[in-house]
Amino acid sequence: MNSHDVAAPGGGGFIILATFLVGLMLSQIPMPHLFEWARPEWVAMILIYWVMALPHRVGMGVAFFLGLLLDVIKGSVLGLNALSLTIIAFLTLVLHQRLRMFPLVQQALMVMVLVGINQLLFHWMQAFTGYTGESLIFLLPCLMSGLLWPWLFVILRGIRRFFRIR
Amino acid sequence: MAADLYSAKVRDGRAYLSLILTPLQWIVDVPSRVAGEVSEVVVDRSLLLKENAKLKAEALQLERKVQQNDALRQENGRLRSLLKGSQRVDEEVVLVELIGVNPDPFQHQVIINQGSENQVTMGQPILDAGGVMGQVTEISHYTSRVMLITDARHALPVEVNRSGFRSIALGKGQLGELELDHVPDTADIDEGDLIVTSGLGGRFPRGYPVATVSEVIRDPGQSFSKVKIKPTAMLNKSRHLLLVNLPARPSDPPEEEQE
Repeated sequence: MNSHDVAAPGGGGFIILATFLVGLMLSQIPMPHLFEWARPEWVAMILIYWVMALPHRVGMGVAFFLGLLLDVIKGSVLGLNALSLTIIAFLTLVLHQRLRMFPLVQQALMVMVLVGINQLLFHWMQAFTGYTGESLIFLLPCLMSGLLWPWLFVILRGIRRFFRIR
Repeated sequence: MAADLYSAKVRDGRAYLSLILTPLQWIVDVPSRVAGEVSEVVVDRSLLLKENAKLKAEALQLERKVQQNDALRQENGRLRSLLKGSQRVDEEVVLVELIGVNPDPFQHQVIINQGSENQVTMGQPILDAGGVMGQVTEISHYTSRVMLITDARHALPVEVNRSGFRSIALGKGQLGELELDHVPDTADIDEGDLIVTSGLGGRFPRGYPVATVSEVIRDPGQSFSKVKIKPTAMLNKSRHLLLVNLPARPSDPPEEEQE
């Protein structure tokens, strides 16, 4: 790493924003009813990636705002997704140095756990506002997220390197 | 942050957040719209002819019904005026289009392409060609969110068309099924009966079809019989919906009504 690389971080804010926008779109694309149960948590995954890669730029504030948007998309009470995303952003911030060292498979397992925490928190809080659902099927998205993580990671890393976002 | 459950101010803020997301929703909807248009352009001539003939026959049938309907309506009006009853007012409908579905499978909600800029108001009923679909529960500027009658939080006052037995249709969070609440074992209700809105509660107009009874389970061990009904509206297929503009009522019910 030469001195050029240690320069102040900057640039690429729009790219990061664009990836989040794509995530928001993917999380509301219409799907057949059966697949809807298994829709990966795109926004949470993309958030985990950016927090892991650039913890000094993407943090809990971004997570909170994204959560608000996700709340509007999902029609849940304002703040549910905001809280759960903020919490997984915090956990990722704590874990980011370890996560970077992990091989992809182990990373995917960690992502599965993180997204699972997100799902549990979200559905636990949803239960207060009158929704009903008794099975554990709401955990299916975290399995899907874990399975898709390696690909998402490689794509986002490619984007980050291509645009030299630091 | 749960303030939006209670405060109208925060709900406005929510409307602005969803205004930010409106372009995204629009983009997400583009593929299905394009697919629809393409399949309209690329269509077999013989298929079109067949469809045309079918539609003509259907139109004839409907016109015959309307003719009868007109006479009946006149008669009904006369009888009502004889009884010095109040006249029933016709509701206006606006054609709206579905542009999105709530990605959360636990919540049965759809998004339509009109909002407060088009004078959509809270609680307006939504119909499709088959019957009642749901009601508006959240309004942004150019879009609004409709809770379907199958949502686990939705309840709808209904009556059996044949016998006039009144009940409440509860959503169960399952797409093709609702349940009638607290039906006594002796109630006059059978499989195949048509369930229509009763108009009680003042939110839905009276007499629109809601569902047909698919199963009545009378278990002597239970205090109520279990009545499963199947919605007549195509809740997960319809793209063109009707937004009902209710005629002004003397007293509007309080805003929070759904369970």
